[in-house]
Order: sequence, then structure tokens, then C-alpha cells
Amino acid sequence: MGVQLKFHNVTLGYDRHPAVHHLTGEVAAGALVAVIGPNGAGKSTLFRGVAGILKPLSGSIDLGGLDIRDIAYLPQSVDIDRSFPISVFDFVGTGLWRSIGFFGGMGKSVRDKITRALAAVGLNGFEGRSIGTLSGGQMQRLLFARVLLQDARLIVLDEPFNAIDTKTSADLLALVKRWHGEGRTVLAALHDMELVRDHFPETLLLARGPVAWGATAEVLTAENLMVALRMCEAFDESAAACSDDMPSQAA
Amino acid sequence: MLYDALIAPFTEFEFMRRALAAVIALALGAAPIGVFLMLRRMSLVGDAMAHAILPGAAIGFLVSGLNLFAMTTGGLIAGFTVALLAGLVARNTELKEDASLATFYLVSLALGVTIVSIKGTNIDLLHVLFGNILAMDDQTLLVIAFNATITLVVMAIIYRPLVIECVDPVFLRTVSHAGAPAHLAFLALVVINLVNAFHALGTLLGVGLMILPAGIARFWSRDITGMICIAVASAILSGYVGMVLSFQTKIPSGPAIILVAAVLYVVSLLFGPVSGLVRQMFPGRHLEA
Repeated sequence: MGVQLKFHNVTLGYDRHPAVHHLTGEVAAGALVAVIGPNGAGKSTLFRGVAGILKPLSGSIDLGGLDIRDIAYLPQSVDIDRSFPISVFDFVGTGLWRSIGFFGGMGKSVRDKITRALAAVGLNGFEGRSIGTLSGGQMQRLLFARVLLQDARLIVLDEPFNAIDTKTSADLLALVKRWHGEGRTVLAALHDMELVRDHFPETLLLARGPVAWGATAEVLTAENLMVALRMCEAFDESAAACSDDMPSQAA
Repeated sequence: MLYDALIAPFTEFEFMRRALAAVIALALGAAPIGVFLMLRRMSLVGDAMAHAILPGAAIGFLVSGLNLFAMTTGGLIAGFTVALLAGLVARNTELKEDASLATFYLVSLALGVTIVSIKGTNIDLLHVLFGNILAMDDQTLLVIAFNATITLVVMAIIYRPLVIECVDPVFLRTVSHAGAPAHLAFLALVVINLVNAFHALGTLLGVGLMILPAGIARFWSRDITGMICIAVASAILSGYVGMVLSFQTKIPSGPAIILVAAVLYVVSLLFGPVSGLVRQMFPGRHLEA
């Protein structure tokens, strides 16, 4: 299997302060990777970098030739204006942007596709409702349906199972495994260690710098988790410029 | 009797027919823009932009008097400059769009008032500020129709990215680069339609044909397509009734049109099915499921 995603000594951050520091490594095509780490460890920042919303402060992210439209990114706190008058059907339909774009028509086959995606996340019957009427869990199902329609090679999910009930997260996890089975590359930021152990073969433990990256059983050791927890969260306002040739901590 | 009041003015006088055509063209362009301004919580941005146009129109007026093209071009340049500067500052710094826009439009407005007060006369100033839809020549009508056509064509092109950017801007950024161009094109349309409306209603009231119909539509529809249709219809209705009112009484045309729209707004606020006040007071029994 080829390499889907390559981090070349990437540093991502805000106002020159690193939130992800000197990350180097590869994600194989078709891999199912859990990204774990304490709050503030840089998981979301890393994903924003992968999705192309945040430019690296230094280093580079090699997407293996993927166009940004080949990446489906599900952010954590979604900036969705839920008061906007748009129906569930139309909203999910925006996931088809890549194939229908500005003017593409929505013929019967396209409409069927949207209906099937809604059914796959258990939202049949919700087509005509406006998105403002959905609950938190239903909204998350809706966003998964959109990711489904995006039909992307690389799927990046930022804490997708936060604040939703067991039934919903089980349904959505099944969807994640289906994507894995279809050979798509999936990255997911998670906090539930049980879930990671049971369902994710590969794990990246992040604490600003990478602490460990590899097979889940080898990464999730008590020692590694302690190292991650000791990570200092606050930016040091008087920090000196980082010399770029400093070796990565995980190397 | 009713015929005399409602139809006769238009069959008898050419200037009334011209004004009616102008107001329909204005409504077709401005009302959809207003709906998007409202949904993006940018209603006051429209108002600010209207102020920003003043110095451009004033300079055009100073250079060549009440000349259609000079004032149109001046207004467009001033509007675009302010919109572009504000947009650039907002996209590249921490400052949000409303704050940067406020800064630039105030500068622009101060310049405009300075220019007008140095050289203008009061009567001409009134024309610039409030317009006169009943004294419109063919040329102006053509300019208005032309701008409305451009507006509808461009809106059709940027409609999808614009809707997605309203609902979920982060998503649009991850699937397409169309967000920023669509936003700029939309701001350009705001400017074009303000300049358009200023010929008929003046710089101050021109924005009214954008904002009031959008507000009215919000009370009647939950769906964006429905909102746009209702906004256009209520803008046309306000224009028509306002002109009849202005023809029969001494009320100037601009204020008459906006006041009619205001009456429609109050009626909608009270009786509109979507969160209208009466509906809220007597919601009926709750449903079974």
C-alpha cells in the first residue's frame, strides 16, 4: 500500500507559537488512525493543517497528490449557522459539491444518492426539516451523511463521538469502519481509550510533539500516557525562536 | 374611481410608466441581495455601504453636475473601494468585517459630506440624498435595468457557494476555493444595487428596497427560495403603491415607497405565519408528536 499522507517535520500553530511541534511521519493509504492526546495537545490543529485551513509555520504536509476536494474534514465545533433556512436534504446535498459544483443538476440519481446517505445515518424522514430543528446527535448524524456523500479518499474526523449517546456513536462508528473497509484513509481524534483499543489498529499519541506513533497496543502504554499528560499547555510568551534543525522528539 | 386612482396615472403619464418599470427592475435586483444580507446578519452592512457611496456620487456631481454616468461611476468606485478594503482587512487580520467596514465607511462619509458642503447647492444635495423616481429619463432607466440584469446573472452563478458560505463557511473552505470570490462578488452586487437604487430613491433610502422586503419575507417563509420570491413581490408592491401615493399626494416618491414597505413590514410582523406576534400569542394547542 502506498503512502497517503506524509508529514515532513511539520510545525503548526498560531502567532508563531507551535501547537503541533516537529511532527514527522507517514500515514499509509487505507489506514485507520486514532489521534489521541490531552486537551490542547494539537489534535484539532493538526487536522486543520491536513484540511488545508491552517498553513504550517514550518515543514510541510504532503497529501500524496490529493486535491482538497478529496479530503472530507469534519471539524469539532462546527461553525454552522443553524438558523439558516436550509433543509436537511439540501444541506446533506452540499456534500456532493465535488460532482455537481456550481451548476450541476440534481437529477433522480443524485436525489436517490442523498436519500440513501440520509438512510445510512438513520435520518430517513428528516429530509424536509430545516437543520435548526435537529438535536445535537441528529446534527452529528447529518454531518456524517455529508461526509459519506463527499466520497473522499481521506477522511478527517475531529472528536466525532463527543457528547452523543451510545446508540448514535455505535452507528457512526460502524460507518467509520465501513469507510476503512472501502480502503479510505481515516484519521479520527478521540478521547475514549476503550474505543481506540477495540477499533483502531494505529494510534498517534500527540502532546504538542508526537509522543508515540504506531500500533495501538504499543502506543497506549501507561508510560506514554504519563508523558503526554505532563505536557505544558500554556504558550511561553517569551519563548525564543525554535531552531528548525532541532530533531523531532519522536525520532 | 378605483381605476382613476390605481391605473390611470400609468396609462396617462409616460413618466409614471417609466418609474414603474424602474421600480420593478430595482426590486428584482435588490430584494434577493437583501435576503442574503439579512441571512448573513449583514443588514447594517448594506446601510453602511450606502453611506460609503456618497463621496463618489458627490465627486461625480461636482465634476459634471447632475450627470448620470459621472455620478454612477463615482458611486461605484467609492463603494468598491470601501468594500474591497474592508473585505481585505477582515480576511487577513483579526478584525471582523463589521468593524473594518465601519471604519472605512465613516472615512468615506466624512469625505463625502466635506466635498458636498464645499461646493454643492442645497437643492442638488436633496436630489443626491433622496433621489426622484418620478423624474427619471430613459437613460437612467436603461442603466437601472442593465444593473438589475447583471445582478440576477451573477447571483445565479454564485448562488450555491453563497448559500454554503452562509450555512457552513468552514466546509466551503475545505471543498472549494470559491468562497472568497463569491463573497467579493456578492459585495460588488451590494454596491451595484445601492448605486442603482440611489438614482431612484437617493443614497439614504436606496438601501430600503433591499432591507425592508427581506425583513418582510422572513415572516412569511422558512425557505430561502420562498423568501426571495416574497421579498421581490413585496418590493414591487411597495414601489407601485408608493408611487400611486406620491402621485396623488404631495409625499416625495422615495419616502412614500419606503413608508409603504414599512406598513407591509408591520403587518408581517403582526400576522406573519413564521414567528409573527399574533401567531406567537395564540399558537394553538401543542401537537401529539
